[in-house]
Amino acid sequence: MFDTSLDLVQIRNDFPILHRKVNGQPLVYLDNAATSQTPLPVIDAISNYYKHTNANIHRGVHALSQEATDQYEAARQKIQQHFNAKHAHEIILTSGTTHAINLVANGFASLLKQGDELIVSALEHHANIVPWQMLCQRTGATLKVIPMTDAGILDMDAFDQLVNAHTKVVFVNHVSNALGVINPIEQIIEKAHAVGAAVLIDGAQATPHLIPDVQALNADFYTTSAHKICGPTGIGMLYGKEEWLRKLPPYQGGGEMIDQVTFEKTTYADLPHKFEAGTPNIAGGVGFGAAIDYMNGIGFETIAAHENDLLQHATEKLNKIEGLRIYGDVQNKVAVISFNVDGLHPYDIGTLLDKMGIAVRTGHHCCQPIMDFYQIPGTVRASFAFYNTHEEVERFITGVEKAVSMLR
Amino acid sequence: MNIAAQQAEIVSEFAMFDDWMQRYEYMIELGKSLPLIASEYKTDDHIIKGCQSKVWVHADLDNNKIAFTADSDAIITKGIIAILIRVFSNQHPKDILAADTAFIDEIGLKEHLSPTRANGLVSMIKQLKMYAIAYQTQLTS
Repeated sequence: MFDTSLDLVQIRNDFPILHRKVNGQPLVYLDNAATSQTPLPVIDAISNYYKHTNANIHRGVHALSQEATDQYEAARQKIQQHFNAKHAHEIILTSGTTHAINLVANGFASLLKQGDELIVSALEHHANIVPWQMLCQRTGATLKVIPMTDAGILDMDAFDQLVNAHTKVVFVNHVSNALGVINPIEQIIEKAHAVGAAVLIDGAQATPHLIPDVQALNADFYTTSAHKICGPTGIGMLYGKEEWLRKLPPYQGGGEMIDQVTFEKTTYADLPHKFEAGTPNIAGGVGFGAAIDYMNGIGFETIAAHENDLLQHATEKLNKIEGLRIYGDVQNKVAVISFNVDGLHPYDIGTLLDKMGIAVRTGHHCCQPIMDFYQIPGTVRASFAFYNTHEEVERFITGVEKAVSMLR
Repeated sequence: MNIAAQQAEIVSEFAMFDDWMQRYEYMIELGKSLPLIASEYKTDDHIIKGCQSKVWVHADLDNNKIAFTADSDAIITKGIIAILIRVFSNQHPKDILAADTAFIDEIGLKEHLSPTRANGLVSMIKQLKMYAIAYQTQLTS
């Protein structure tokens, strides 16, 4: 029934952390949407970088600096190829998705004026709301919201009403982090482009499960964080179409991002360095590249098939628990289940699961507007990765049943 | 029973259990015995700030002693506040102010709470002591 082509024993051996105990129980890690675990090849890549190569990159005259530069730029190319960007210089390495979104939002300050409109979706993470609200305060632009339905799907008819000639930027996530629902970004991008608006897609929750082709999507900007796809924390990427990246002014000033500096005038470096001020997270970049290699070594089709099996298994069993409601229980979603049980607080369920060694996330998942929509304080969110097993799904279900019976 | 005796009793009760699942089960039981706050006090000004789940606390002075009532939307949180109220309710404000809360460390409660809940526990104790300060001022003025 649950046969996939994944060799889970071997894969799990790549993740030392999956073999530890928590509260005396073998760990069941189901908080992958918050951060994924790191496999040995990625840990080794980072460790080897520090053991053998560590140097500051670009413009160094010595061998180590050249090797470090080569490794960092090789990672950029891997990222370019993985997301099918046209050019490597369209990949800006950032500290993560939040940094990437702030970089773009900040850049638009010089391009917007009073009366311009921005469109956000109701399903966003705070990181894709707050930078744009700050931009509105600075420019006098206004923020419009694509509403969601009770099922957790964006209301595209309402979107059609919102898009008009004043629309300048539309920003939505590819996959909702709180619910796991895959949004119709192809339609959104097409409709936004029809009125000349730019589109930023926050892909942090999509990239662990699928490969976005940024050219096929025709997204103007696409962001993600390495730690969501088995890479290290503190590194991520902003893909931007060259024409847009040229229009936006630099975000931060400093070393690396300059061409010529005099006290009278500074000219900026070309892409991508224009947006990469200061010494970057070199080891992180190397780890990001290794993570992409690792994921591709397993194969995203295999990953998606196994995760979907886990999702179906867990959804079917959870739905048998009386009073349990799954938010965003739709067909088109990734392996994330956000739920509540009638009369019970998500924190209570999460706390008891933790005592059983099962890691889930509880709370508003940095999406307070979604929680307000459902009028709930938060949800319990279980998010699965390719290294999770059906035995772990069973332990999770048993854990939820036990927690519910204790709390009722 | 004075505060120290109440604390000692709770410490010994928690010591009877072998593991933290059982202790949590007991906390859930204690939560059910919480003296509930009257609904008219379940307002935003009775919410304790710094808790992830909602916690409302009210205090009345009766015979120079404080009677606490409370509620929460989370059951384990109800258990935690029930433990604190058992220790501090029906005590004189000055005794509440003088009391230490080392018993919480003896139970091991803090280290078994998530960081957010541990912060909430600190906020709860602060709030109970704030009520004690207010009534102590009232009594001495």
